[in-house]
Amino acid sequence: MSDFDFSVIVQNWAFLAEGLRYTLQVTVTAMIGGILIGTVLALMRLSSITPLQWFAAGYVNIFRSVPLVQVILAFYLILPLVLQMITGKQIPIGAANSAYFTFTIFEAAYYSEIMRSGIQSVPRGQVGAGYALGFTYGQAMRYVVLPQAFRNMLPVLLTQTIILFQDVSLVYAIGATDFFGAADKITQRDLRPVEMYTTVAVVYFIICFTLSRLVKWLQSHIAIIR
Amino acid sequence: MNYHWDWMFFFQETDDGLKYYDWILSGLGWTTFVSLASLVVALILGSVLGVMRTTPKRWLVGLGDAYVDLFRNVPLIVQLFMWFFVVPELVPENIGLWMKQDLPYFVIAIVGLGLYTAARIAEQVKAGINSLSRGQRFAGLALGFTEWQTYRYVRLPMAYRIVLPALTSEAMNIFKNSAVTYAVGILELYFQYKQIIEKTSQVLEITIVVTLCYFVLAFVMNRILAFVEARTRVPGLIVGTKGSK
Amino acid sequence: MIEINNVSKWYGSFQVLTDCTTQVSKSEVVVVCGPSGSGKSTLIKCVNALEPFQQGSIVVNGIAVQDPKTDLPKLRAKVGMVFQNFELFPHMTITDNLAIAQIKVLGRSRDEAVDKGLKLLDRVGLKAQAAKFPGQLSGGQQQRVAIARALAMDPICMLFDEPTSALDPEMINEVLDVMVQLAHEGMTMMCVTHEMGFARKVANRVIFMDRGAIVEDAAKEDFFGQPRSERAQAFLAKILNH
Repeated sequence: MSDFDFSVIVQNWAFLAEGLRYTLQVTVTAMIGGILIGTVLALMRLSSITPLQWFAAGYVNIFRSVPLVQVILAFYLILPLVLQMITGKQIPIGAANSAYFTFTIFEAAYYSEIMRSGIQSVPRGQVGAGYALGFTYGQAMRYVVLPQAFRNMLPVLLTQTIILFQDVSLVYAIGATDFFGAADKITQRDLRPVEMYTTVAVVYFIICFTLSRLVKWLQSHIAIIR
Repeated sequence: MNYHWDWMFFFQETDDGLKYYDWILSGLGWTTFVSLASLVVALILGSVLGVMRTTPKRWLVGLGDAYVDLFRNVPLIVQLFMWFFVVPELVPENIGLWMKQDLPYFVIAIVGLGLYTAARIAEQVKAGINSLSRGQRFAGLALGFTEWQTYRYVRLPMAYRIVLPALTSEAMNIFKNSAVTYAVGILELYFQYKQIIEKTSQVLEITIVVTLCYFVLAFVMNRILAFVEARTRVPGLIVGTKGSK
Repeated sequence: MIEINNVSKWYGSFQVLTDCTTQVSKSEVVVVCGPSGSGKSTLIKCVNALEPFQQGSIVVNGIAVQDPKTDLPKLRAKVGMVFQNFELFPHMTITDNLAIAQIKVLGRSRDEAVDKGLKLLDRVGLKAQAAKFPGQLSGGQQQRVAIARALAMDPICMLFDEPTSALDPEMINEVLDVMVQLAHEGMTMMCVTHEMGFARKVANRVIFMDRGAIVEDAAKEDFFGQPRSERAQAFLAKILNH
């Protein structure tokens, strides 16, 4: 412990920060995309149209039973095949770009389950009240149910996003340079595992701990409003 | 699409004289072993931590809370790398050397995954105990039980029943999380998946097969715990509303 | 048997018990009543140290409960207690509910404990329910089992904390009957209850509490004849015209 060399961290800070920026970009992209797709999936699952229900249920169950690392690698390899099939051309995507896609699709399955229980937590009478005012199904969802569901589920959605933020470290599987990947690459070169991995652990802890306390605070405040 | 489907490659011989399906079976074996062993570690430690966090002793609560905060807010892969590459450097030299040379590396992986999962189990166990009425503890104490006996005979048996659905999903998750141990050299299912892709580039077939393997593992665990749930169900008592899916 | 001397208790800065003093002698039945929030449930829980208190002393059978050296499990094993919400252990059969503490606390053999439990179950009229689980019994039946469970420990006295408050009206009497029978057998009893009929029938003394203090502590005849305090008069008027 006495020879913990802070200069290694200082020297490589720019590279680490670049990795952290990538991690945050993937997190935010997958959060926004995942919540949008997840909401659509949740509505499909709760709709009365059987094929839509099946599709949504299949989507959610498949992604929720497979390890994320496997999905990351599979998409990285399969995505170019699919694009080639569509366009007829070979399009190099790269590890860094494929992760945006993978995480959006993968997290959508988890967000959709959260949205589904959020929608179900809104009393059925609310939809009826919407219909009584002359709303269509879409309008009742848009103006009455979803705003309430979203508020109920906000803490859980944010908690899932903290998990997502941690999960981005698994792009290690395809060698993309996220925050952890950056530290790992520096370690391979400088052979300073203690400094590098500890830095990653500490920074992750500080960010996630702060965010989860924030979620707790939010949770108690939402509870008061209701 | 010019992808060349070939389901028969599973029966082809590999460099080491085995067939590809042997690799998958061996990976499946390691995944099962690492997952179940980690689950045991996690259940024991998670229960102890969960109980600590419900005691009247403030320092025990603080210790349990700190553990959960620490292990929930650092990614699993980073935790595993800490156990493999950082901790051996920080402990006294002879212990560090022993960790690096003599301790089987799968033990470190199991402990790492177990400690990570324990934080999640601790949350469930705590929630289960806190969902019981205060009167249950009082009733135990009034009969002359010690504080520990109220946990052993009264509170934990009910708490486990209440959180069994949540524990079931944790137990199913551990198979998925065990895939991360490939990064520290465990030759489990995902490692074999990656290796087979590198050797054969039959991405689609192997993805389908490995996905099915994980599906089956999770399903079997789900059925086992559904059986436990049915066996421990208390007549006349409604516990929670959601069963395991 | 039970001596409560100048007991005061606070939750933070809020005082829930103020200088409470009373005693229960051997074979005496004392009923504690008062409006809700008056501290009567808290006081009775102090007797077997389920609730801690900051001032005063409680001595049960010569043992000081607030003394840190007291072996509380040993003391509590000798003091039976019955709760408002029964608090049977939902995951055990009725037989196991009756036997578990005998085995684990008193060290009796399983056969002995089950035998004793079943005898007491018969006494409260529920022998046929031995193999069932608490969730399969009515509230009144559960409370009778809870009384039997406490009796199985051969207690030197019994504490009742609103034993009929959570029951549907038609089940109250089956529980009170068991309690009356116990009183006639000479059991030392301290009962927090609003059942004034029970108090009239078997109580030796009635204690009236309000806002954490013992306002009235009188022989049954005096209490019902002419309560001294206005608050007790008002309370009695309200509860008897109910």
